[in-house]
Amino acid sequence: MISAEPVANIGEASGTVTARLRGVTRLYGTGSARLHALGPIDLDLRKGEFFSVVGPSGCGKSTLLDVLAGLNPPTDGSAEFEGRPVKGVPDGVGVVFQEDASFPWLTVEANVAFGLQQAGVDAAEVERRVAYALGFMGLRDFRKAYPAQLSGGMRQRVCIARTLVLQPRLILLDEPFGALDQQTRLIMGDELLRLWRETNATVLLITHSLDEAAMLSDRVGVMSARPGLFIELIETGWPKDRDSRIVADPRFGELTGRIWEKLRVETMKHMQSQGMGHS
Amino acid sequence: MKHRGLASIGIVAVCVGALQLACGIGLVKHTVIIAPTEMADSLWQILLGGEFTHAILLTLTNIVLSAVISIAAGFGIGVAIHSVAFLRRGIEPYLASYYAVPTFIFYPVFIVLFGVGSAPIIAITVLLAIVAMITATLNGLDRIPGVLTKTATVLRLSPVRRALLVQLPAASPYLFAGARLSVAYSFIGVIASEFILSGDGLGYAIAYAYNNFDNRTMYGLMLLIIIVVTAVNASFDALDRRLQARLRR
Repeated sequence: MISAEPVANIGEASGTVTARLRGVTRLYGTGSARLHALGPIDLDLRKGEFFSVVGPSGCGKSTLLDVLAGLNPPTDGSAEFEGRPVKGVPDGVGVVFQEDASFPWLTVEANVAFGLQQAGVDAAEVERRVAYALGFMGLRDFRKAYPAQLSGGMRQRVCIARTLVLQPRLILLDEPFGALDQQTRLIMGDELLRLWRETNATVLLITHSLDEAAMLSDRVGVMSARPGLFIELIETGWPKDRDSRIVADPRFGELTGRIWEKLRVETMKHMQSQGMGHS
Repeated sequence: MKHRGLASIGIVAVCVGALQLACGIGLVKHTVIIAPTEMADSLWQILLGGEFTHAILLTLTNIVLSAVISIAAGFGIGVAIHSVAFLRRGIEPYLASYYAVPTFIFYPVFIVLFGVGSAPIIAITVLLAIVAMITATLNGLDRIPGVLTKTATVLRLSPVRRALLVQLPAASPYLFAGARLSVAYSFIGVIASEFILSGDGLGYAIAYAYNNFDNRTMYGLMLLIIIVVTAVNASFDALDRRLQARLRR
């Protein structure tokens, strides 16, 4: 049986650190209804790395992302982005959510330009960056369309493009392809890798998909059932210019097998806690 | 959609044709209902004659004022109630049962407060129409997808920009439905008030014609109201369809 003991300071890394979590803990509710959702978590995200987080449902993955995004302050511990404490959403952090977050009343082009315009970027620069992002994400032909006229995958591209134009140094992705079919996920994964290489941004991806984590990441953090703790950190060792074809590499199978070995125990724990497992 | 529209027009055309036939062959007495062609002729004469122009303009003005006040105030009150949870818990049960109260009973109160004329009619109509807008505002604000509000936060919008540029457009289909209902209630409130409580306006003119057995004028004016209400409703319907198509998620 694989041990599921939390690993202390699992994320500590050498080199430049983009984001740092120390002792991050999140509790919800009060008194007897108090729920220990997350932590204490220590994590260093290295500059320019692609880091994925996998874990059983309800283990606090999204809470972890919200803490880093400044959307949900930790009950205890500290979060830093580029050496400064996270208070509110830091400048330089972009977030893509699982749900469709495109603004349905705006065209694709206006959606992508929205954040730049609100940040007061001049019109010529907005036009330049939007044209680039639309081209990069394969949305040029749909720039005048409304989200309702697009598929789920295309809408998610709009959301990614809207984040991309802001040139974030840390991109947080909360199961961005969760609602898409497997083939589309693979293609979107390729595009995400291309985007990551192009921007040199640090990426933190929350995902339920072991394949996605194994294919996209430099490192995969495996979380325990609630309260979420990192129980394993796996270095994938993939080259930076990888794409979805690595799913045919025998090491890909080994990696997903290793992640699943850890995760299986935690998923069983979660199911038992929900009354779904075998006694 | 086009087929549905044609079917609707077809049903009306068949009913009008049947009524025309029934009137023509004497199945329906002239003292009860006049033929649709005669109604149209009467309406044409009313519009050309100018005798009712003042009444028509007065009624339409009162309807527009009532609708504008109901929509603006209803939205403001809805936002205020939505933002104070305690207030909402206290008020919501009253909103749910509001339309059980016949608001016309308050007319004497408004006469005392505002005197005779348009003001009490507008007041009673606003009382009738405003709750639809308050309820729609609460519903619309409740249904703003959380992810859009989160996105506004991530894009670091100020609370005012978040409200105006994200939350308001996201709630707009529901707000539009509320505005549409408020306009419908404004028509009902103004014309019904004039009919039973006033000495001026289209509602009063219909009541006057009815009391004097002037079927031609009565049906002519009724046709005018039906045409105006249908045109307004069709315009709202077209706008609503465009809005829904664009805002569908």
